[in-house]
Amino acid sequence: MTQAALAFDAISVRYGAVTAVDAVTAQIPSGAMTAIVGPNGAGKSTLLKAALGVVAPQSGQALFFGQALDAVREKVAYMPQRASVDWDFPIRVIDVVLMGMQRQLGLLRPVRAADRAFAMDCLARVAMTDFAKRQIGALSGGQQQRVFLARALAQRAALYLLDEPFAGVDAKTEAAIVTVLQALRDEGAAVVAVHHDLATVPEWFDRVLLLNRKLIAAGPVAETFTPDLLRQTYGGQLPPQKVA
Amino acid sequence: MFEALLLQSGYNATLVTLGAAALGLATGAVGSFLFLRRRSLVPDAMAHATLPGVGIAFLVMVAMGGEGRFLPGLLLGAGCTSLLGLWVLQGLVRGTRLPEDAAIGAVLSVFYGAGIVLLTYIQGLGAGRQAGLEGFLLGSTAGMLRADVYLIAGGGIVVLLALLALRRALVMVAFDPGYARVMGLRPEWVDLALMALVLAVVLLGIRVVGAILVVALLITPAVCARMWTDRAGVMAVIAAAIGGLAGYGGAAVSAAVPGVPTGPVIVALCFAVFLGSALIAPRHGLIGRMRGGRG
Repeated sequence: MTQAALAFDAISVRYGAVTAVDAVTAQIPSGAMTAIVGPNGAGKSTLLKAALGVVAPQSGQALFFGQALDAVREKVAYMPQRASVDWDFPIRVIDVVLMGMQRQLGLLRPVRAADRAFAMDCLARVAMTDFAKRQIGALSGGQQQRVFLARALAQRAALYLLDEPFAGVDAKTEAAIVTVLQALRDEGAAVVAVHHDLATVPEWFDRVLLLNRKLIAAGPVAETFTPDLLRQTYGGQLPPQKVA
Repeated sequence: MFEALLLQSGYNATLVTLGAAALGLATGAVGSFLFLRRRSLVPDAMAHATLPGVGIAFLVMVAMGGEGRFLPGLLLGAGCTSLLGLWVLQGLVRGTRLPEDAAIGAVLSVFYGAGIVLLTYIQGLGAGRQAGLEGFLLGSTAGMLRADVYLIAGGGIVVLLALLALRRALVMVAFDPGYARVMGLRPEWVDLALMALVLAVVLLGIRVVGAILVVALLITPAVCARMWTDRAGVMAVIAAAIGGLAGYGGAAVSAAVPGVPTGPVIVALCFAVFLGSALIAPRHGLIGRMRGGRG
């Protein structure tokens, strides 16, 4: 494997006495869609947040394209969980997307027409141009999710980390998100999503990372997404009909 | 009174009125970002915590044989105890199981009590020079020097420029601190900068608006502005305008009617704008909602 887009190197996260993530080491390659799968409380979101420095890892580190995050921030896009955002916040859809261009805009330079046009292009890719001037709270859950994907697209990143992009969205949004993510993959980007719905894993994703605090397994779906390994990941919680 | 509103009641009164307007502009704008960050009550504790500092600074300056009412000196003292109050507040929130609102209540009342004891003691000294210190409670424009006005107005302009530079960082951190961190911002530094600006406007404001009511000039304009717009930047501009008008009106009335403290007039003006906004603002006002707009 060439240089991994993202390498977790023995990352552990503890919340008080609880170990949320236990010494996870794994590599995420470019040009593939990777699902992070595991039961509730398995530390899937926490692993992403620890890699990105949103929560402080107890030990271990993450390397992005072989470097610390600070050196390659432009190449890393992050889409947080919907629940982490204050939906009453007075901000319009277009301004949320412009946040994704923060690294280019800097703190001082005013937003120019070209920036706005590019943000509109990103909204077009998720079929949300008509909503550009709406307040973010006035959208449905699926529409909000697509706006956040557009914000990630605005970064023109090489690695996309998405925290439950499909949670609570409608079928139209689901299809739109999958199409966009697969296009990113085909352009050579690494796409990583925390994912809940086991049934769609083989259809949408190329690789899977099975997590239950510890890493259970990581690899191509055909080899790793097996009933045996899933049983190990979920313990007794797995509804058997969901196993592919 | 109308002469004062039209800036026709003499050079000094006019200057004070314009200074209060500049203060209101800065306060309203800072207040918007604080409101968005959901820290609206913190400046109330910080403002009440200025009072012991005002008293101590007065006593120190008199003991050194100086003019006890020298405003920069008083504000330095005020800043010290205000920071102490903020530090105690953070310590209570982090080190105990007190929620922030309870910690704010504790800090606010203890520092305020200490301040009142000091100011009452100073009043009992009969040193003749203490007149005007009570203005720090409810605000007053009486006896303000031209240099004081320049300090307040100049400080307000500096705060506005700092906000202009920090606007994007402040909005991103208020909207989603985790995402802001991934984008390379340091939320704790941005918060620190915001608190520094809040401290600045609190200090600039206590002479004109008073320690008890300065929080109203921070938060009420923001609450009003929120009803008129769904954009953070526009909200800050509207709040600055409301704060500027309230500061202007309050100082003018206080200058024209002897004995009327500035703070309550400013707060009354802010409240009037609030009532008007709550009633007629297009989408978030009462009438707008009854006509079927979304809340």
